[in-house]
Amino acid sequence: MQRVETRLRTETITVNMGPQHPSTHGVFRMIVTLDGETIVDLEPVMGYLHRCHEKIGERNTYLQNIPYTDRLDYICSMSNNLAYVMAVEKLGGIEVPERAEYIRIIMVELTRIVNHMVAIGALLNDLGCFFTPMLYGLRERERILDLFEMASGSRMMCNYMRFGGVRYDLPPGFTPELKSVVAALPTFIDEFERLLTENEIVLARCQNVGILPPDMAIAYSCTGPLLRGSGVNYDIRKVDSYSIYDRFDFDVPLGTNGDVYDRYLVRIGEMRQSVRILEQAIEQIPEGEVSVKLPRVFKPPEGDVYHRIESPKGELGFYLVSDGSTNPYRYKVRSPTFINLTVLPELCKGHKVADVVAILGSIDIVLGEVDR
Amino acid sequence: MSREVYERLVEEFPETSLEYLEEKDPAISVKADDLFEVARHLKEKQGYDYLSAVTGVDYPDRFEVVYHLYSMREKKGVVVLKVHASKEDPEVPSLVPLWPGANFQEREVYDLIGIRFAGHPDLKRVLLWEGYEGHPLRKDFPTEGYQTIGQEELS
Repeated sequence: MQRVETRLRTETITVNMGPQHPSTHGVFRMIVTLDGETIVDLEPVMGYLHRCHEKIGERNTYLQNIPYTDRLDYICSMSNNLAYVMAVEKLGGIEVPERAEYIRIIMVELTRIVNHMVAIGALLNDLGCFFTPMLYGLRERERILDLFEMASGSRMMCNYMRFGGVRYDLPPGFTPELKSVVAALPTFIDEFERLLTENEIVLARCQNVGILPPDMAIAYSCTGPLLRGSGVNYDIRKVDSYSIYDRFDFDVPLGTNGDVYDRYLVRIGEMRQSVRILEQAIEQIPEGEVSVKLPRVFKPPEGDVYHRIESPKGELGFYLVSDGSTNPYRYKVRSPTFINLTVLPELCKGHKVADVVAILGSIDIVLGEVDR
Repeated sequence: MSREVYERLVEEFPETSLEYLEEKDPAISVKADDLFEVARHLKEKQGYDYLSAVTGVDYPDRFEVVYHLYSMREKKGVVVLKVHASKEDPEVPSLVPLWPGANFQEREVYDLIGIRFAGHPDLKRVLLWEGYEGHPLRKDFPTEGYQTIGQEELS
């Protein structure tokens, strides 16, 4: 008797996600190969927002580059400013006054809180919890952006830091407002956590999704909350203790499983630690100068430097080569999210197609920085 | 930091020509042929398990690829490796077999500077589209004019 073949013939299909897709937070494309609902392979395609940032950086003078760094990761302009000016200060051997160091730390830690609010809000957006947590975050973020506006004149494109200090001293009325914002933050984070941390939908969608083992995280050069979510204790603020981070008492929140949920918890924890740093900085900040006098035409000596900081998204580094002229010979941005994306295909393999948006959301990309 | 690393490397690789460059960030100059073995030694024997940045630079007489290595477990670094590549045929070995995280960074260097990485699993452009002519971060690249993307590259 002849056997009848009853098995269905199956084949993989290729689905194009993006470039215009709400979960990509910009213009980012993923070519996903699916076996049914399960992801077999994923290929990120980027560059839609490429605008020759590094080539423009070689054309500009050192000073002209500062506003351009605002537009890398447009949520954290203060962190980008800091990384760039510290690289140039290292190149030129410029000392920074005490008060300016404190102002910088205050701004950068406020930026970290802003970034994590937006990152968590966007992650929840992707999970289908549309804009309720996001708007809770944006409400508090607006108070911080008001502070940025008071100090620098702009909410998001701050362009505030300069070589050897910051552009302006804190205006009158800034410190009382800062104190009130910082005092309100723990209550806000508690409220945010009450809404989300033990939310059943968040647990179901985030736990055991996109697990990144610590060895793999290191091999793939992951940094920031993505790395620490996997339990690797590596925070550049502690390791390099650049600027004056060695004067503050704070912890490094770590995850255990390395899944999407742990990255969420790390971000919440980092917001709390930033509040701690801010409280100490407000107490310790001295009076004095906020910038040093530099020659009108700034020409650093020849040489090359690399300087990195712990930006909210990971290791942000600038590699500068100087030939002794007024503009950099080479200006390279080591952007954290571009490199964190290298691991995305590995995180997604074996998961369902709906989990891709959660995993991508937990990496927290900003395309201004990925594509440069 | 780099001095001790350099001395240990010289002990380990007596035949290769290494050079210590005293700069703001002290660097170790390596020949392209020895790069892979030196990097493997740094990763496996000296604990530099984290490749932070891969940068290509276009100097008037040569291309240079700069690697910044750190150790995440022992929290030390930085070790800077510099590799030269010729102007005519720029090629250096790929470090993706050691650090998969080098994948996109090497593709970016290839895309913008045009240095090829031998042994890279999928060396193609990452920020610009396939079919783009030239490498924009080279110093001789024209800063005026434009190229348009064709319909076939879009799909």
